[in-house]
Amino acid sequence: MQWKTADYAGWGRVHKAHGELARPERAADLARIMEDTPAPALGMRRSYNDSLLNDGGRAIDMTRMDKILSFDAATGVVEVEAGVQLGELLRLFAPKGWLPAVVPGTGFPTVGGAIAHDIHGKNHHALGSFGQHVTSVTLLQPGGKRVTASPGRNKALFRATMGGIGQTGVILSAKLQMISTPGTGMRVKETRVGDFDEFLDLLDNSRFDYNVGWIDGTAKGSNLGRGILEEAELTTGVEARKGPSLPVPIDLPGFALSAPTVRLFNAAYWRKVPARGRTHVMPIASHVFPLDKLHDWNRLYGKRGFHQFQCVVPVDAAPVLKDIVGRIAHSGLCSPLAVIKRMGPGRAGMLSFPMEGYTLAIDFPARDKAVRLIHELEAMTIEAGGRLYLGKDALATGDTIKAMYPEWQDWAAEAARADPDGVLITDMVRRLELRG
Amino acid sequence: MTQTWIILGATSSMARAYAREMAEAGATLVLAARDIDEARRMVPDLTARGAAEASAMRFDARDPSTFGPIVDRVEAEPGEINVAVFVGSMPSQAEIDADPGLIERVTLDNFTGPAQFLARVMPVMEARASGTVVGVSSVAGDRGRIGNYVYGAAKAGFSTYLSGLRNRLTRAGGHVVTVKPGFTDTSMTWGVEGMFLVASPEKVARDIARAVKKRRNVIYTPGFWWVIMTIIKLVPERIFKKLSI
Repeated sequence: MQWKTADYAGWGRVHKAHGELARPERAADLARIMEDTPAPALGMRRSYNDSLLNDGGRAIDMTRMDKILSFDAATGVVEVEAGVQLGELLRLFAPKGWLPAVVPGTGFPTVGGAIAHDIHGKNHHALGSFGQHVTSVTLLQPGGKRVTASPGRNKALFRATMGGIGQTGVILSAKLQMISTPGTGMRVKETRVGDFDEFLDLLDNSRFDYNVGWIDGTAKGSNLGRGILEEAELTTGVEARKGPSLPVPIDLPGFALSAPTVRLFNAAYWRKVPARGRTHVMPIASHVFPLDKLHDWNRLYGKRGFHQFQCVVPVDAAPVLKDIVGRIAHSGLCSPLAVIKRMGPGRAGMLSFPMEGYTLAIDFPARDKAVRLIHELEAMTIEAGGRLYLGKDALATGDTIKAMYPEWQDWAAEAARADPDGVLITDMVRRLELRG
Repeated sequence: MTQTWIILGATSSMARAYAREMAEAGATLVLAARDIDEARRMVPDLTARGAAEASAMRFDARDPSTFGPIVDRVEAEPGEINVAVFVGSMPSQAEIDADPGLIERVTLDNFTGPAQFLARVMPVMEARASGTVVGVSSVAGDRGRIGNYVYGAAKAGFSTYLSGLRNRLTRAGGHVVTVKPGFTDTSMTWGVEGMFLVASPEKVARDIARAVKKRRNVIYTPGFWWVIMTIIKLVPERIFKKLSI
């Protein structure tokens, strides 16, 4: 197997790595690598941070291990290799009446990455996290050992693998229980929301399967926390189109997303939805993957990259979340991308992010001021009894994260059993000292 | 009419992409490959994508005994029989210089092996008075260069063979498309130095499918390689021999 020396980065492009990458295309090649030169896996590099990096070491690019290994049209169970992209599963199976139970805000992530971060989507309050719909996973561990884990078999290994940031082995394949859909469309209802309290009220009482709120992170005073609530449900009647996606051809200069531009954009975006609200019907992908129409949108933030801060806080800590939104509004650092959502309790693994409560995700261009602000927001999250997301956090310390994830020691023990020599350790695991 | 495609070298990066393209068009696929386990793994992937049927068969360009069973298998299929040849190997010129025995193997993998297979399947295609052969050659076959002239010579031989085969199959109502990809992002080129304007296997596969539909004779993919190779072919030999491109 050939190794190629490459520079690569997470989606936020703040952390970078220089190292050797292999990109196997055949199961036999992947097995040989795990036997002779085991290394951590990476996929489409949509994690924002250093969770996929192994600076100075080796990593396995799994994007060509992307086959569908079986599909049962009666039950909706599909077995896939880890490199299959979630958007591809949606494209192939929605016309047959099935779709992945959980998808994030982009269709590019792989099944392997979705498992490694136990991702959530707009339907988390209804269906829980990605790992809760994985019925079994087959791992290749360092030395070439092949192990299958499921909620009923090798239980601890399964719980250490869902959200387990790749430390229990490279995923060879996974079985997913998809959900049935009446068609390939979504009916989306948009509602203008005046302030933070109204937002939480609407999120708490939403009866739709999918919901998410866009929040104007620049609005202050009586407008604090205003935004647009999008509620959606699956429906029939629209054909998915394979529209072209527009590339962002260059790294934009730093002022492109400066405070005045963002304020103007946000105000106009908020007014775009009429005060009485509106309803559209659109292809599923257009609603669930809104940013995929703009390829490489991370270049909007310029060469220095950006951070995405995402926290979840318990329901009763809503006042702290309001303070967090206020603190962001006064900083003048917010970008147009800010999202709020009500989460249910669903989580599949020891290091899974979700908890019953509210989650907030906001992008900041990577500047010193933003880093200081994010550290403040981390402290407020701790005060709220909440947690940070390992698919996004790029700045926290090990102590902060360990306090938020009470099961981390059980997880570390499982990781040590699967990978005693620590060959799967990544930059993030090193930064947070998660493997001790 | 039902369409059957024999994909030779089915587990290669370009072949996979082309097989998926044909699967979405509803074709019957015969995946012929040395790594039969991997070819078998491809079967459910292709049926999930719309293939009428897919099956895996062992094929080794260096072992003619693997040819007959594949020809027999497609003879039993109704309708149009098509063949896409994606087999090939590209050891570095340095490896070949160290072991001249490789010259014979490179020729076998890129030219004489697939040519022998095609010779056997030709009567079936002629009898049905239809079908297309896609032969994946290379821009490297357009002119011998210091970096890979053994591989280039084998591909040049294959291109010339395909040209003759087109002459033959056209008379029977069939067609041959010669495909000359430029640098493509495959497992064969992963980590190879000095590549530029690299195309994805999916782009190459789409170009091939379009060329088959339009009955093109020779295509460069991506198309701009036609310009590059026209210029390279125009450089006089007395200058070319001093270049290292």
